[in-house]
Formats: sequence, C-alpha cells, structure tokens
Amino acid sequence: MLQSETIIAVALGYVGLLFAIAWYGDRRAATGRSLIASPFVYALSLAVYCTAWTFFGSVGLAAESGMAFLPTYLGPTLMAVLWPIVLIKMLHVARAQRITSIADFIAARYGKSATIAALVTVMAVVAIVPYIALQLKAVSISFSVAARDWPELDGSAGLLTDSALYIALFMAAFAMIFGTRRIDATERHEGLVAAVAFESLVKLLAFLALGIFVCFFLFSSPLEIFARAAEHPELRAGFTGTASDSWLTMLLLAMFAILLLPRQFQVAVVENVDPGHVRQAMWLFPLYLLLINLFVLPIALAGKLLLGADVPGDRYVLLLPGEAGAQWLTLLVGIGGLSAATSMIIVETTALATMISNDLVLPGLLRARAFGNAGSGAISRQLLLSRRLAILAVLLLGYAYFRIAGETRSLVSIGLISFAGVAQLAPALFGGLFWKEATRAGAMAGLLAGFLIWGYTLLLPSFGFAASLIADGPLGVAWLSPHRLFGMEGLQPLSHGVLWSLLVNAAVFVIISLFGRQDAAESAQAALFVDALTPGQRDASVAMWRGGAPVQELRALVARILGQEQAERIIGRAGDDGSADAQLMQKVESELAAAIGSASARIMVASIAREAPLSMEEVLDILGETSQAHYQNRLLEQKSRALARTTEMLERSNQQLREMDRIKDEFLATVTHELRTPLTSIRAFTEILRDNPALDDVERSRFLDIVVGETERLTRLINQVLDMQRLESQGMDWQPSRFELGETIATGIESMRHLFDDADVALRYEGTSDEVVVEADRDRITQVLLNLLANALKFTPAQDGRVTVTLDSDAGWARVCVQDNGPGIAPEDHELIFDKFHQSRDPRGGKPHGTGLGLPISRQIVAHFGGSLDVDSRPGEGARFCFRLPLPHSGDAA
Amino acid sequence: MNSTTPPARVLVVDDEPGIVTSLEFLLKQAGFTVSTATDGDSGLEKAQAERPDLILLDIMMPGRDGFEVCQTLRADPAMANTKIVMLTARSRDAEQAKGLALGADDYITKPFSTRDLVARVQELLAA
Repeated sequence: MLQSETIIAVALGYVGLLFAIAWYGDRRAATGRSLIASPFVYALSLAVYCTAWTFFGSVGLAAESGMAFLPTYLGPTLMAVLWPIVLIKMLHVARAQRITSIADFIAARYGKSATIAALVTVMAVVAIVPYIALQLKAVSISFSVAARDWPELDGSAGLLTDSALYIALFMAAFAMIFGTRRIDATERHEGLVAAVAFESLVKLLAFLALGIFVCFFLFSSPLEIFARAAEHPELRAGFTGTASDSWLTMLLLAMFAILLLPRQFQVAVVENVDPGHVRQAMWLFPLYLLLINLFVLPIALAGKLLLGADVPGDRYVLLLPGEAGAQWLTLLVGIGGLSAATSMIIVETTALATMISNDLVLPGLLRARAFGNAGSGAISRQLLLSRRLAILAVLLLGYAYFRIAGETRSLVSIGLISFAGVAQLAPALFGGLFWKEATRAGAMAGLLAGFLIWGYTLLLPSFGFAASLIADGPLGVAWLSPHRLFGMEGLQPLSHGVLWSLLVNAAVFVIISLFGRQDAAESAQAALFVDALTPGQRDASVAMWRGGAPVQELRALVARILGQEQAERIIGRAGDDGSADAQLMQKVESELAAAIGSASARIMVASIAREAPLSMEEVLDILGETSQAHYQNRLLEQKSRALARTTEMLERSNQQLREMDRIKDEFLATVTHELRTPLTSIRAFTEILRDNPALDDVERSRFLDIVVGETERLTRLINQVLDMQRLESQGMDWQPSRFELGETIATGIESMRHLFDDADVALRYEGTSDEVVVEADRDRITQVLLNLLANALKFTPAQDGRVTVTLDSDAGWARVCVQDNGPGIAPEDHELIFDKFHQSRDPRGGKPHGTGLGLPISRQIVAHFGGSLDVDSRPGEGARFCFRLPLPHSGDAA
Repeated sequence: MNSTTPPARVLVVDDEPGIVTSLEFLLKQAGFTVSTATDGDSGLEKAQAERPDLILLDIMMPGRDGFEVCQTLRADPAMANTKIVMLTARSRDAEQAKGLALGADDYITKPFSTRDLVARVQELLAA
C-alpha cells in the first residue's frame, strides 16, 4: 500500500504536467500552429467519454453482470457510423452560428430562444449532477483503496473530514483554472483539449498496462482466466445470460450520450478544429473504445477469482496490482483513474459553466439592466466570475448528491440516470436538425415533459427517501409509482423511465410542432439548420436586422463584453456618428454569440437596434426557401430583375416616344394633307378666274361658290386643329358654369334649323319637363351638340330625312341623344369614328365636308366634364349619338 | 396639237369634287377630251374601258388608293401606252418615289399651279 503523501505528490505532479500541456497548447494556438489540429487528437479528445465510470465501473459491472458493460461502448460505435450525416451537419451549423454549447445549439435552432437555452441549461445541470457525483465517488474510492492511511470512505463522515468534499473543491479549482482563464471571441480552448487528449492517452495506457499485467503476469494468458472462470458455475452464468431490455435501453442511451452529454458536445462540436477530422475519428474513436474495453472481462474475472466475492468489482483495477506487489502499477492505474475523472469534470463543468453564465446568468443580468453604465470589458469580467462560480456550484451540487444518494448506488446506475437525462435533448436536437417544421413550442413542451418524467421516474427514486414512493406510489396510488407508471410492469426501472420519458417527449414535440406555427426567426433558423449541408447554403447566416443601430452604441456593447481591442477589430473604422448597416449588426451578433451564446447575443443586439427584427413576411420574402446564400441570390435576382424592368420601361417609353413621334408625324402629314386639299381647289379656281376674265356668269359664280366653301372648310379645319391641340396639351380655356341643359339645346337646335330646312330634313326636339342643370362650359357643350347635328344632317337620306334630339336625366346623369335615320354605322367602326381624321363616307358618293376631328373633339369636351360620348347604331337603322354629363350633387345645387 | 389628229383623252381620278371640277375645266380648255372619276374603283373601271392617253391620279382616296390603281394598270399590257401622273397632297419624297417605282410617269404636288399642270400634261403627251 502507498502512503497518501506519495499519492498526493504524484497526483499534484500529474496535474502540473497537465497544466504545462494546456499552457503549451494555448501558446501554440495563439501563434497559429495548433497542437490539436489532428484527427488523432480529435479522436482522443472524444474519449473524454470514458470517465472514472469506465475506468472502474466497467470492471465492476462486468463482475456483477457479465457483458452488461458493453452497450455503453457499442452505442457510440453505432453512432459513429452516422457521424457523416449527423455530426458533420452539426459542425457546419455550429461553425456558421458560432455555437458555444449544446443549450446554445438547441436554442439557436428554435429562433435563438432564450427560454429554450435556459431550459436546456437547467436540464443539463440537473442531469449531469449525479454524473459529477459519480466521479467524486470514484476518485474518493480510488484514494481510499490505494492509500493505506486514507480515511475509508463513509457517507456518515463529517463535512470537514470528508475527503470527497476536498476532492470536489480541488477539482473545482482545477476546472476554473483550466476552463475559464479567459473569455474571448472564439469560445474554444485548445490547451484544454490538448490536456484532455493527453489524459485520454494516459488512461488508455494505464488500463492496457493493467490488462497485460493481469493477463500475462498474474495469469499465464487470458485463456487461463477464462478456463478457470468456467470452472465456477456462478461466474459462467454471468456471461451466458441473454440480453435484457436494459441492454437495449443502455445501447440507445449511449448512442445519444456520445453527442448530447455537454462535455461530448463541447469536444466534438465546439472544440472541433476541422470537420474533416470526423472522417478519421469515425474509426479511431471506436478503436479507442475497443482497446479500453479489451481487458475488462479478463480483469473482472481475475478479480473474482483472486479477490473473492466480498470485494466490490469497482475496486478490482486498483487492488489487482497489489496482488503481485506492483505498487508502481497501482499508482499508474490511480493516475489513469484520476485522468478519467479530471478530464470529465473539467470539460463537463466548463461546458455547463458556459451554459449557466450565457443562458441563465447573463439573461438575468440583462433583464435587471445590471450593465447600464458598465465600462469596457465589464461584462466580460462578470461573465468570467459567473463561470467560475458556476463550476464551483456544479461540483458542490455533485457533492451534495453524492452525500444524499451516492452511497446507495453503484457507479454505473448513477451514470445511467445522467445518460437518460441528457437523452431528453435528443428529440429537440435531432428532430430540429432534420425536420424543418419542428417548432419552438414543440421543442419546449417536449423537453419539459421528458425532463419531468425523467425526474419522476429516474432521478427521484435514486434518493433513499423515495423508497416508499416507489413501493406504494404517491399517496398510495400504485399506478403512479415512479417504477410502474400506468401499471406498466415487467420492465427494469431504467428502461421503464427511459421509455416513458422519451416516448412522451418525442410525441409532445411532434404533435405540438405539427399544430403550431413558426415565427420569422424560427423558420429562418430552422432552414439554416436543416439545410446546413445543402450546397451554397453552408456557413450561411441570416441577417435579421434592418440596420440603423448607432455605431457608437454597437462599439460600446462589444467593448463591454469582449474588450476594447476586439471592438476595434470587429467594428473597424466605421464612423461613430453613423448608423450600422444590417451586415455590421449581423457581424456583431455573430461575434458576441461566440462568447455569450446566440440567444443572449440576440437580446444584446436587439437592445440597441432601433427597429424590431424583421417580420415573418420580410424574412420569408428575403429567404424564399431560406438562407443567406439564397438571400443574396435573391437580391441579385431582384436587382437584375429591377434592371430588366428598367430596361423594359425605357424600351417601352422609347417605343412610346417613337409611337408619339410617329403619331405626331402622321398628324402633321394628315393636317397638311387636309389643309392642302381645300387649298388646291381654291388656288386652281382662283387661277382659272384670273386667266379667264371672259368666263360666263353662271360658271364664274359656281367657281366662286366652291372657293368660298373651300375657304370655310379651311377655316373650320384650322379651328378644330387648334381645339384639338389645346385639348391635348390641356391648354383649353374652359369657362365652366351651371346652366340649364334643355334651354341650351333648344337654342342650339334653333341656330341649325335653317340648314335642316334647306336640306329638307325634319328636326325634332323631345325635351323633359324637369329642369336639368349641369356644370360645364356652355359654349363647348353647344359645340358638341352642333357637331352631332351637323354629322346627322350629313348622313340623313335625301328623301324623308329625320333627326330627333332627346334630353332626359336619370340616376345622377343628364343624357342628350341625336338620332338620325341615315345608313348607320357598322359595329366595328363604332370606336374608329372617334379617331382623329377618320372620315365616314357619304353614301351618296360625295365627299363629306368633315374634318375628321369633330367627334374626337366632342368626346374630349364631354370627358373633361366627367361625361362620355358614345354611339349606338347598326347598319341600315340609323345612328344615335348620346352624350352624358353628371348632375351636380343636389346638396351643391346653387 | 394639230387638228388632223383626234384630241388626246385624259382621265381625272380624285375624290375631291372641287379639284375634279377645276382639272376638268382646265384640261378641256387645253383641248383634251376629259372624263372623271371620284374614287379608285370607278377610276380603274373607266381607265380600262376608255384606255385614255393620260391619267391624273390622286393618291389619297377611299377604297382603292392611287398606288393600287397605278399598280393594276401597269400590270395590264393593254395599258402600256397610257401615261400616269400621280397627284399628291403630301410632299414626301418616299411617296413620290413609290409612285414612280410603281410605274407612274410623273407626279404633281397639290396645290399646283394650273399653268404648270397643263404644260406638264402636254409635255408628256407630246413625248
């Protein structure tokens, strides 16, 4: 047996070596030559999975129940096969989102929810506490076993004389120094990982050394051990038993544990240097597990054979070397066990402390506005302090659990409670990683339900005081007993608890997700997680900010958390007076997330942002199917679409200009033509009259009549062209007034009557007894009426010509119609006749003396006063032109 | 002109009654035999029926316009000797070029000088 002084000296020396390695690892990281950038180091760091439980407990379990220790290592091996799908995806997400812990990861998936982060943190802490207790117990036992003068472990020992308390305090100090030396922008600890990998190597070598010693020095070969064990019937029974339900349960729990235990997440995801390492770690890590388990069975059997039934299996590894007086081996095994326990405790508490400070303490402080005027780096110091206190608290909780429940249980069963606890994170994490529709509410409810059932069926019964609860159920309700929920009998307590908790957890998660809706932040994050490996979407992050926060405040925020130097680096030379764009705010959030977690970072930045984060619609709009890459594509697309639209608009307006130009040219050409035509006649006859002074009077007066007629035509044409031009350039001098329409029509008709009489066309007016008052330009309305009358006169037949004018008013409109009994107008021409210079032919073969401008001008005049002018006609049935004018509201009647 | 040969026959096709009247007067005064038409279709009919020596043909007419009439006449070998003079109220070069391309012998822009017009017709018929 060893002196405790020796043990303590060796232990301290070993810890000193670890510090040296960690220091060197950090220094190398600082100079950019990472010590841990190797798949071997990555695989070794993953072996933090093998704790004191493995080191001492596996042999203990093998001694008690044969192969039952195996599923704990087969599970991770099975999971390793899935790493290319699961772990690689998690790594890409974690990298893009600057994930700091498993709570951060799950919370980020569900819209960076601070509530989920806090819930997962609480769950993880509660689930891990028994596991910490287990390590304390293992170290404490190993000291008492190895050292002759070490006080024998005893649950009844006074606090101050309990070695486990001192071990807990020592471990806390150790973890604080290792895990929380600084807080920086990248929450990675290269020195820590280097030390952990070294410890993995030590514990493997120690265990292999013991195995070889037992197999080849205590016995001649492993075969001898098996042969001798076979002679003992009770030993044989232990190895030929069939797999029970707990075997399957343990397999499942171990599969989850390898990624969900906070320390596993820490080394596998947060501390990962290169996702490419996963490829080799996929077989290196299972190889490690194989090697460390290789001698478990021979050692267990050897212990049974050599040490007798009274010695607990947990202690075989420490006691067997003593059988041959190999003190050095006892020391080596002790160091191996210490390595297993310390590496687990350091990484686990560091991971938990990060979660506690980022997801519980910081949000609390933020809510309390504790940082109102904090100076540069102030939050950083507070965070560091909170992490150290968290480490101490977790270890003391572990110690408390050890005091209350530890003595009654074996290492393994305590560990499995923790495994079952973290397994409750599986639906929310893996579901969220592969199922886009998973909602925050679903994850929340599932986590909570699973956690509560786990607490009731597994954690609570682990305390001694719960014995009657287990036996009789709460208040004697047997079907609510933690081990027989709803009367489910026949399962091991572990399988029973795991089945119920995971089943309800997953069911609640899925059902609530299916019936719920995601908000903008959630669905954006969901897409980033689920589509993390979709090409073009890797390393994407979504800008949820509109921008606009003052740069000065952003700089101050970063300085308070990360220090002045980092603030300069991140914000750079952006002007303090200006406001940050969305990209800068995104960058700040991302950098802060790496230090304080995504949920807290979101809250921090939101406290400065002038505007609320983007709404669902905006984000979806930006995202489309959802991601930054997509977003940028979309932006580009939008820009090119906008460009195309502009080009198209230019094209169109160019075309319109050309069309207008063409129309103007056409108009000019037509006007020119229309002017030249009467001018031609006028000039021709004028010259004829000049050259033929001897023309007879009849012919002379006929020619002069033509000249006069053509001159009138020319005058009318010029007036109408001017009217048209004024109407189109809005240059018309309108003289609006209220007048009685009937009287105006009667006057207009009288002025035309002689023309109708001359042509022998009957002109009739059918007015209304009501007064019809309209508001318009009286002269222009008269012009419209005269134009319609002139047209009607032109097209009435030579015999029995009839034109009827009517006036009525109805439903807010006054209507004036001019009906003729001419040849009518084909339907296809109904709109054509309102085109400029369209001229209908006189069916009698003569050329109508119109300008082709009368109707378009009339229509524009009526339209100016809110009315309309239309034609109703069929060939052979005459034509009826009607114009309508709105009646002023009775209330405004003058 | 001399009295031994029969007077040349001229057809006037225009949809403006005033212009037709004035041209008819002018050409008769110059000694031609004149017939008239007021649209493209009747103009074409009269041209084919009467085989005039010269046609004064307005371009802008309802129905068949002057270009079409010109083109149809030029496609008829029987009309090969008939001179065609286009009358246009538009002064665009393109229209004149088009008329000439379709086989017109000359064009006259409205409003025209009555003396020039008669001189041109005489010139063409003498050639």
